[in-house]
Amino acid sequence: MSTVTKPRSSVSGSIASVATLVAIACLGALLIAANAVDPLMEAHAWVFFFLTAFALVAIGIWAGGLQGRNPFDETYYEDTIVKFGVAAAMFWGIAGFLVGLIIALQLTWPGLFYFPDLGWTNFGRLRPLHTSAVIFAFGGNVLIATSFYVVQRTSRTRIAGGLWPWFVFWGYNLFIVIAGTGYLMGVTQSREYAEPEWYADLWLTIVWVAYLLVFLGTLWKRKEPHIYVANWFYLSFIVTIAMLHIVNNLAVPVNLSGSKSYSLFAGVQDALTQWWYGHNAVGFFLTTGFLAIMYYFIPKRAQRPVYSYRLSIVHFWSLIFIYIWAGPHHLHYTALPQWAQTLGMTFSIMLWMPSWGGMINGVMTLSGAWDKLRTDPVVRMMVVSLAFYGMSTFEGPLMSVRAVNALSHYTEWGIAHVHSGSLGWVGFISFGALYCLTQWLWKRPALYSKNLVEWHFWLATIGIVFYIVALYFAGIIEGLMWRAYNEYGFLEYSFIETVEAKHINYMIRALGGGMYLMGAIVMAYNLVRTALGHGAAAGVVEPAPMTAAKLQPAE
Amino acid sequence: MYETLSKFAQTWGLAWFVAMFAVALAYALWPSNKEKFREAAYLPLEDKEPGDE
Repeated sequence: MSTVTKPRSSVSGSIASVATLVAIACLGALLIAANAVDPLMEAHAWVFFFLTAFALVAIGIWAGGLQGRNPFDETYYEDTIVKFGVAAAMFWGIAGFLVGLIIALQLTWPGLFYFPDLGWTNFGRLRPLHTSAVIFAFGGNVLIATSFYVVQRTSRTRIAGGLWPWFVFWGYNLFIVIAGTGYLMGVTQSREYAEPEWYADLWLTIVWVAYLLVFLGTLWKRKEPHIYVANWFYLSFIVTIAMLHIVNNLAVPVNLSGSKSYSLFAGVQDALTQWWYGHNAVGFFLTTGFLAIMYYFIPKRAQRPVYSYRLSIVHFWSLIFIYIWAGPHHLHYTALPQWAQTLGMTFSIMLWMPSWGGMINGVMTLSGAWDKLRTDPVVRMMVVSLAFYGMSTFEGPLMSVRAVNALSHYTEWGIAHVHSGSLGWVGFISFGALYCLTQWLWKRPALYSKNLVEWHFWLATIGIVFYIVALYFAGIIEGLMWRAYNEYGFLEYSFIETVEAKHINYMIRALGGGMYLMGAIVMAYNLVRTALGHGAAAGVVEPAPMTAAKLQPAE
Repeated sequence: MYETLSKFAQTWGLAWFVAMFAVALAYALWPSNKEKFREAAYLPLEDKEPGDE
């Protein structure tokens, strides 16, 4: 009987502990709202207060309705939270792409999209809204949802922590709301990809520690002896983001009831800390987390084993050990000591090898199933994501070379580079995972419409090509114009001439971004119809056991 | 302090990294791990319920 009573007490334990933490946050927010020294802090404290109060009421009603039922039954996987994650990712994705299109239009036709009376529509406010929405809101929700799905399946155990995974999901999305509304109001600590102020950072730290403990707890009680490589990648993402987030956001608030804080670092140390963080946000948020998706979803969708599991181990350890040193390449020709710049450059070049090793491992997983590239647009989407991964991880080391950086840095080349990585690699592998998850979680025999996936694929692919080609041209033109001298040693071009030279490229970029957004809307429609069981998705299937596949040798 | 740190990083730091890489490589290629990794490569393909053998 002790086996029955023990889980019961841990059930109420996790509910009570989550409720206590949320209640403390709620009271703290009320206290700050009452004593706020600036209107921005007051607004945020009220947002925080009402949302946490709403969460408390929701937890109370939900727990009251349980009536002795165990909501964390160990004989089932927790899939509802993954469904919420899929929906949140799709919502934030479209919002983030839309803001991206708006700022692209602002750059193209500044006269048409400039409203001096509405400060929150300014490019300076919307630009961090775009980057954070696509990276942290879209990407972050994809990572949380897929990590919860994958760690349960590959550990053959329900996610640990009772209500805590739900705290992670809602807490993270609360952080997104605070961050996003903050940018619009003008709250920023001016650190790229780390703009939210100290109180939002503190909240994210709590959420992230809970995330780490939930993930580790699940691994701890796993029924599968081996920890699958995707879980290693997820773990490195969670641990490293915790470290980067805490160190880069070490700051002293001016007032505990005010929104402004000052960094502990100054000068070149501040710059180095910021770009150590900034580049590893690319490395450990946008790379290792999504490589985890690659190592689970590509084999699963293609029904082929990982091409070389040994390579995946070497891939993992070499990638994480090299990536962390590459940040200084963002600070070429600055006050940063030359040797540190060279170190960043050298490690960036070395990074080419694990990156391509991983890419080859992902692509070759299709061995014996190459026909799926033609027949399954979801597989094609994920493989094309690897092509973009290979392209941008080849280009990155190239751009980190000081002489190349002299031409590329601060130009549109950089924007083209990050968008080939983010739209192509992160976007496509995420779309692939979201298509898979929707079909699997709602237990549908197929997606609502394969044709719509084809439409999404081609709209997005052609959109990316328009986007990056236009900006590569713009970047190189602008870089060459900036460094052109006349025979008297004066600059050949004024700054505004270099801006005018990019106008047509900006138009093409906005067109490409618009196509990418349209593709995402087509996808959202397809996912909703799939979840509802319309079209080809009619009916419910239990996943077929894959015992037959296991008997076939890899060769 | 600066000199000591940079000297350490450029000598023992390098040796430490090479050693770490060698350990990872040895673990990946160790003959007795071969069967374990071959099975692990199939892990995503299994559709099992919690606790299944």
